[in-house]
Amino acid sequence: MSGGLATRLVVARDTGFTLDAELAILPGRTVALLGPNGAGKSTAVAAIAGLLPLDDGYVRLGDKALDEPREGQFVPAEDRNIGVVFQDYVLFPHLSVLDNIAFGLRSRGVGRHAAAESSRDWADRLGLAGLHARKPVDLSGGQAQRVALARALATHPELLLLDEPLAALDVTTRAQLRRDLIDHLSGFAGPRLVITHDPAEAFLLADEIHVIEAGAITQVGSPDEIRLRPRTKYIADLAGSNLFSGVAANGTVAVGAHTLTIADTHAAGDVLATINPRAISIHRHRPEGSPRNAWQTTIVRIEHHGDRVRLQTGSPLPLTAELTPVAVADLVLRIDEPIWLSVKATEVGVDAD
Amino acid sequence: MSSRRARIQARPPVPLIALAVVGVSLFAVPLIGLAMQTPWTDLLTLLNGDIVRDAIWLSLLSATGATAIAFVLGVPLAWVLARVEFPGKSLIRGLVLLPLVLPPVVGGAALLFALGRRGVAGEPIYELTGLVLPFSTWGVVVAATFVAMPFLVITVEGALHNLDGKFEGAAATLGAGKWTVLRRVTLPMIAPSLISGLVLTWARALGEFGATITFAGNLQGRTQTLPLAVFVALETDRDTAVALSLGMVAISLAVLVVLRDRWWRSL
Repeated sequence: MSGGLATRLVVARDTGFTLDAELAILPGRTVALLGPNGAGKSTAVAAIAGLLPLDDGYVRLGDKALDEPREGQFVPAEDRNIGVVFQDYVLFPHLSVLDNIAFGLRSRGVGRHAAAESSRDWADRLGLAGLHARKPVDLSGGQAQRVALARALATHPELLLLDEPLAALDVTTRAQLRRDLIDHLSGFAGPRLVITHDPAEAFLLADEIHVIEAGAITQVGSPDEIRLRPRTKYIADLAGSNLFSGVAANGTVAVGAHTLTIADTHAAGDVLATINPRAISIHRHRPEGSPRNAWQTTIVRIEHHGDRVRLQTGSPLPLTAELTPVAVADLVLRIDEPIWLSVKATEVGVDAD
Repeated sequence: MSSRRARIQARPPVPLIALAVVGVSLFAVPLIGLAMQTPWTDLLTLLNGDIVRDAIWLSLLSATGATAIAFVLGVPLAWVLARVEFPGKSLIRGLVLLPLVLPPVVGGAALLFALGRRGVAGEPIYELTGLVLPFSTWGVVVAATFVAMPFLVITVEGALHNLDGKFEGAAATLGAGKWTVLRRVTLPMIAPSLISGLVLTWARALGEFGATITFAGNLQGRTQTLPLAVFVALETDRDTAVALSLGMVAISLAVLVVLRDRWWRSL
């Protein structure tokens, strides 16, 4: 069966930009490479896929070295068994849906009939029945994404690379396709790498997140670790906004064992809940008045960031809160001390997931 | 009020209009002259003569042959120029484009010196294959290829430059080798440009005169193509010359119709 991916990607571009990033993904695990535009994400995809040779480092998949400059080893893209879902999908405009899906099989020497049969299976599995003869130009964004996924999976690759798989979609289809993508990813046995600039995508799809900034990995951890202990300003801004996936019903969102009250009584099903760290109030005693969400917890960590103080709170729902130094001084906060925390229902954002 | 304004603003400068009319007449008047000279009633009989049939057959054969050779050699050449970096590339590109600006007679003379039986390339070709290019039908094809192939190379090279490399990259990750990528992705994706390049090449080859008469001569049934036949007939048999000319106008119009979506409509 397929093995894991282990890489150290070193690529120097003419522009002076250098990528130097290490990544390791076990079979059956999803890693997100999360970073801003220009951080080197697409360079990483090209290097792993074999479209861009490394300057140094290595790409190993299972027990095979695919690119290792010091050993003089380079396996070209067409001889690697890596499924890639490209940004904007890059479907072949002159081929039908079915011929797009069959392309990899035909290129690898599978006969016309076997390839067509297998492509039909993949098309049906991804909900593309009835669209077999369509040309890419006549597909919606969501359909195009599923064709790209079917095309990448049809050759039974050992590694799945997804470059911004949801970025080209509009907001309403994105939520549905995100759920579908989670299902399809879990059905794929090999290692999976999702490239994204969208923290929500990374948090929902990945078992582990590698944050990449200016060509270097700046933090590696589980979504919770990244969210609760951001190590750079970029991640703090991205992840510090308290993202949770939960299930909404009747004006509440269940996040694990904890239930948050929200203002939107119509939200239902899987949602992404967000709480701005500045919307969280901290109290010594049980707060009075209107906040619908209030619970007792402890302070796990206190960090000073210039004119702001960042608090990490403990169970039942670990959160990041931002206060002014004056407020912190007034409250006399200390690690492990019990405190009360409150959030207004209107301050709990619910992504139309 | 506003229609008056439109009328005033749209009023074009008179000298410009006059010059434009003269410009159009330059194209229109000769065609009218040709049509007026045409012996319409005898047209079929004239076009059925031996000389005419030989010339038409030879022209179609040599233009199609030249286009086929241009396809086989020109597409790889365009690909190399578009995709491979090497020293002296601009020199090579200039060399390929030279026949576009070179007077065809000069090209024909150069071909004669190089490919004649004593020529630098002609001698080994003759010794190896017994083939004598000058004054043969093959010579007609070579001359036509020389003047027409640049059209294919520039059209295809331009299309390759405009084709986003991401499609070829995607094909490679799906296991397609270089040849499969070229056959199943690159060429189909540049097909519109490729076709218009081939049509242009064919039309240029069909109209070739100077290089052909210099390199291949003017032998009926062997090297006398339509333009050569027209030139000769003008001296001897005016009606035939007119009929032949009309045939070439018809072919040229057909080419323009084939290319209409690429050129006129997009302007």
